[in-house]
Amino acid sequence: MTATAGPGLSLPASVDDVVTRLAGQDYVCDRRLATALYLSLTLKRPLFLEGEPGVGKTELAKALAAMLGTTLLRVQCYEGLDVAQTAYEWNVARQMVEIRLAEAAHTVDHDRILHSLYSREMLIERPLLQALTQTRSPVLLIDELDRADEPFDAFLLEVLAENQITIPELGTIRAAAPPFTLITSNRTREIHDALKRRCLYHWVEFPDVERELQIVRLKAPGASERLYRQVVEFVQRMRTLDLFKAPGVAETIDWTNALVALNSMQLDPASVNDTLGVLLKYQDDIVRMQGGDTAKLLDELRARALLDAA
Amino acid sequence: MLADNLVHFSRVLRAAGLQAGPDRVLAAIAAVEAVGLERREDVRAALAAVMLDRHEQQVLFDAAFDTFFRDPKLLEQMMYLMLPKIAGRGEKVRPPRANRLAEALAAPRETPAPDRAPENAKEEIQFEAAFTYSERERLQRADFESMTVAEFELAKTLAERVPLPVKPVLRRRHERAARGSIDLRRTLQGMARQPHTLNAAFTQPRREMPALVVLLDISGSMERYARLFLHYVHGLTRRYLKVQTFTFGTRLTNITRCLRHRDVDVALKQADAQVSDWKGGTRIASCLDDFNRHWARRVLGANAAVLLVTDGLDRDDQGQLAEAAAHLQRSAHELVWLNPLLRFDGFEPKAAGVRALLPHVDRFLPVHNLASLADLGRALRAPAQNPASLLN
Repeated sequence: MTATAGPGLSLPASVDDVVTRLAGQDYVCDRRLATALYLSLTLKRPLFLEGEPGVGKTELAKALAAMLGTTLLRVQCYEGLDVAQTAYEWNVARQMVEIRLAEAAHTVDHDRILHSLYSREMLIERPLLQALTQTRSPVLLIDELDRADEPFDAFLLEVLAENQITIPELGTIRAAAPPFTLITSNRTREIHDALKRRCLYHWVEFPDVERELQIVRLKAPGASERLYRQVVEFVQRMRTLDLFKAPGVAETIDWTNALVALNSMQLDPASVNDTLGVLLKYQDDIVRMQGGDTAKLLDELRARALLDAA
Repeated sequence: MLADNLVHFSRVLRAAGLQAGPDRVLAAIAAVEAVGLERREDVRAALAAVMLDRHEQQVLFDAAFDTFFRDPKLLEQMMYLMLPKIAGRGEKVRPPRANRLAEALAAPRETPAPDRAPENAKEEIQFEAAFTYSERERLQRADFESMTVAEFELAKTLAERVPLPVKPVLRRRHERAARGSIDLRRTLQGMARQPHTLNAAFTQPRREMPALVVLLDISGSMERYARLFLHYVHGLTRRYLKVQTFTFGTRLTNITRCLRHRDVDVALKQADAQVSDWKGGTRIASCLDDFNRHWARRVLGANAAVLLVTDGLDRDDQGQLAEAAAHLQRSAHELVWLNPLLRFDGFEPKAAGVRALLPHVDRFLPVHNLASLADLGRALRAPAQNPASLLN
């Protein structure tokens, strides 16, 4: 492919460069993810990110766009999504007006009208087509692809593999500056193998204690170092319980903010149980934590001297 | 040299069941060249990004990577030494998932045996083989006779003709229809082709069968029916890709991938090898709970319906069963219970398990004396009973 990324874009030179530059955008990522991202940028292949909700898949796209200093185009998937909402649509209202004008002027030249009806100006560009028509490579985020239905996967194949969209009435539009594509999925269904084959795959793990501490410090400022440590250790321990939905990093951040807002100096059973709704989104899980698991986890923290004695 | 190694490595992965085709080898070479060979972990991450399709493959990949890049020679020796053992067994044997790598390493290859096999390598092989054996232990083996041609035909017709016992769902995506809302775009295109006529085109929301999740009880009391249902579900899976199948007795097993195999006998044999609790006890509550926790969000995403095939005779605590069933009903589009073990016409829900399940199912299909696939077809066609009316 001879296409270039466009003027003014400086791609990272190494995996380390990705880590440092993302850190500059307040995004803390592990080396494996950085490697996958670096490869995606260098090999010009879409990056397919899977992982539990709230581990920072969507955030990565935002950080990447900021890091490269380019635009972010986002397609939020949902059931029933089709080409008209994601790629392009003919401006039917304008086409109608065009026909009426031609009729009113009594100059109906069929060929000419046909040509003008299906010209580029009549096209409404949606994110996928926009991503192919930029002069600088944008970051294209296809978010929660598992929510869209299977026919949409098939449509994406052409866009992802060839960086082009074929419009029957107009021809094929090829990208001058191909986008950097990130696809995320929460795995509520399996994405078709044909699509995965065209991408690099990365499973985003929950971060380890130190990395989560870094993230929380950056994203939820205002708490004491001791509280950060307690919060992160508590949440990390919680993820090992057999819950319906383990809390993600996003929940840890929200929880820290909630505790700061409530002026908590350290974790105690009352404040934890009152704010569990921020961390857990299933009633069954909340009942279970309130039924003794909170006290147990707090005791563990106390035993490790992370918490003052009661 | 690098290319040779990667080609070889991809062959191991491919034999272990990953889709590591030639296109991925090319990508892998480019990827490794891009990250460089300085750091082992970078190479691992790069290859993983290229070679993997789903998270479950990571374990397999890591094991293969560690063995291969520690000592490719060792891998070759292992392959050679494992060879006679597996090949000697003759038939297609499919060990449980954890052993896929062992099988891949043992896959027949043209490579001649390495000249010298150090003693320690031999020891390691023996250890691996012992591990393989213990992993293959199972409580009971289901003994499926292979299917007769007539049965096969019947199963196929059943899967094709008999309506699924679930309601269709209305999708948000539209499709062409004879009437409905006007599709401006297509109408205008028609006018462009024939300027002097106006034929309005219409669309309607698409109606389709929901994805189907089959939870099949294979405990001792259901033994007679397991084969019958597996045949039926195999037919469904062949025809209709959105079917996920789980078996449960004392533990939950996903056998969807096995049933995708075209040949019914091979599919059932693979399913048989995957499942370890045939004809054992039943722990419906804990199996349903396991499903709710670990699978529901993944397979019930797109409004899927659940077909629960069980007799409802449970050894677990009944409170838990009601709770798990209620949770399942809330997350599924529809929960249909097919009970093949009702031998009497005057059915009264006496068993505690049955009483616990009934209030939480949307449809209840009791079958009397299910003995053949034809009976199953009749049962699926029969009007469903209102589960609540049975509980007095």
